[in-house]
Amino acid sequence: MIEILGLTKKFNKKPVVDDVSVSIQPGTITSFIGPNGAGKSTLLSMVSRLLDADTGEVLLDKNNVKKWKSTEFAKRVSILRQANFINVRLTVHELVSFGRYPYSKGRLTDEDNRYVEQAIEYMNLTEMQDQFLDELSGGQKQRAFIAMVIAQDTDYILLDEPLNNLDMKHSVQIMKLLRRLVDELDKTVVIVLHDINFASVYSDRIVALKNGKLVKNGPTNEIINSEALREIYDMDIPIQEQDGCRICVYFNSQTP
Amino acid sequence: MRNRTKLILLFILVVLSILLYGFYDIKGGFDYAFPRRMIRVAAMIITGVAISYATVVFQTITQNRILTPSIMGIASMYEVVQTVIYFFAGSMSIWILNKYLNFGVALAAMVIFAFLLYRFLFRADKYPIFLLLLIGMIIGTLLGSLVTFLQVLIDPVEYLGLQSLLFASFSKVKAELLYIAFGILLLSFIYGAFIMKKLDVMSLGRENAINLGINYDRMVMNVLILSSVLIATSTALVGSITFFGLIVANLSYQFFATYKHSTLILGASLFSIVALVGGQFIVEHILDLRTTISVIINFVGGIYFIYLLLRESRAAA
Repeated sequence: MIEILGLTKKFNKKPVVDDVSVSIQPGTITSFIGPNGAGKSTLLSMVSRLLDADTGEVLLDKNNVKKWKSTEFAKRVSILRQANFINVRLTVHELVSFGRYPYSKGRLTDEDNRYVEQAIEYMNLTEMQDQFLDELSGGQKQRAFIAMVIAQDTDYILLDEPLNNLDMKHSVQIMKLLRRLVDELDKTVVIVLHDINFASVYSDRIVALKNGKLVKNGPTNEIINSEALREIYDMDIPIQEQDGCRICVYFNSQTP
Repeated sequence: MRNRTKLILLFILVVLSILLYGFYDIKGGFDYAFPRRMIRVAAMIITGVAISYATVVFQTITQNRILTPSIMGIASMYEVVQTVIYFFAGSMSIWILNKYLNFGVALAAMVIFAFLLYRFLFRADKYPIFLLLLIGMIIGTLLGSLVTFLQVLIDPVEYLGLQSLLFASFSKVKAELLYIAFGILLLSFIYGAFIMKKLDVMSLGRENAINLGINYDRMVMNVLILSSVLIATSTALVGSITFFGLIVANLSYQFFATYKHSTLILGASLFSIVALVGGQFIVEHILDLRTTISVIINFVGGIYFIYLLLRESRAAA
């Protein structure tokens, strides 16, 4: 289990994440939502060790993440950030193979190759696996990076706005895939989402941040209601039910 | 063409260029000229490989293909050491006449300088690495100004001696020092064998590398020191060759189109040997020693650098 305890991060003395404590439930999709600048990505970066916290700590299985050996940690938790500019020319297959580095240190075994093939298939990249990344569209590239993380085969998968650059079809495909990872392979997914409706339809739990502070944390059905959303977004957002999905119809809401 | 084939072809080219340089127009005593030429070839191989290795790994950790490790002011430190020796002790002092002492002092000064710079300034989690590079550049410029100041005060005859020491040249390499340089190079390759695959992962950038379990910030520190030691060694041996690493590293990226550092470093090293031996051949036999190889390298390197800048800016647009 990942436990976040009293985490604070300041940039230029201004707290971006302010005393946040959350436990991530294993076997769920947890969405981090909130307005721009709420500190969602910063929080995720600290959980995944990309950034050091000023105070507070993150525990993975009761041990501080900083105490974990970096390769062991990389077998348990993976992170994918939004901006992925790469300086070298890589094919999709080569990129996905990097996902096995924590296990094989660059010398792939048959087992590693199996994971790589599987991940490529999962993300529908088989046909373009020998193409170079810089020849792909933004969405295809994004899928290639997600495939790398899948090949890494970690219990926890942290994703920072993975739907950026993706059209509706691919967004839905990816959210469905994450659902499958959780339901079939018992993974735990933590995801920063911008689109509240993807959070509503696909996640089990929602963590809402605002100005660096935790404002809501609970099962999705407790968060997706007009009252809670008003507190998070300062907007009146009507909710409509459609085929069992709760959809937030915010497009015409009054903004203060 | 597969990369292995390309490497073999390049290796054949290396052998051919060494043979050409070694046997071309040997007049008079073969026993006199040939060993001397081979000493120079050995110096060219050691410096070429050291600079290629240093540049490729430096460009990986800075994620930038138009930087060279000499940006950190290491080469300026070399000029400072030699100029200060000339200024205070003079060309007839033991600091110049004892080659081991001169080599050791210069090498130590450069490595300590780099080490202190990184030790105090490098905080990858707080500042981006480019801040470190900028400060290194500023310190380099400061040292350069200091050197110029001391040089204008030096006796003109002494200055000529100093100038010939500072201009990179393979013609006056001391054979005794080659063993030491070779030893350092060997050690750095033994270390390199452990980090080759890590470097491959690091070329994916900081975040992806940390995700894959690389202790990124410590690796950056180690690689900075590694590249400084290599640059310091080659500079202490033959003087500073600014653009050289940049050319061969980029040729290697273009020619091999791979992310594998083992291939990239080997390729860049082979390119560098061909370029240095070939360049030295031109200097000695076509230009009759009227210029030094560093002039040629800076000329060709400068043109290639402009080409790279233009290409990068077009790619960014």
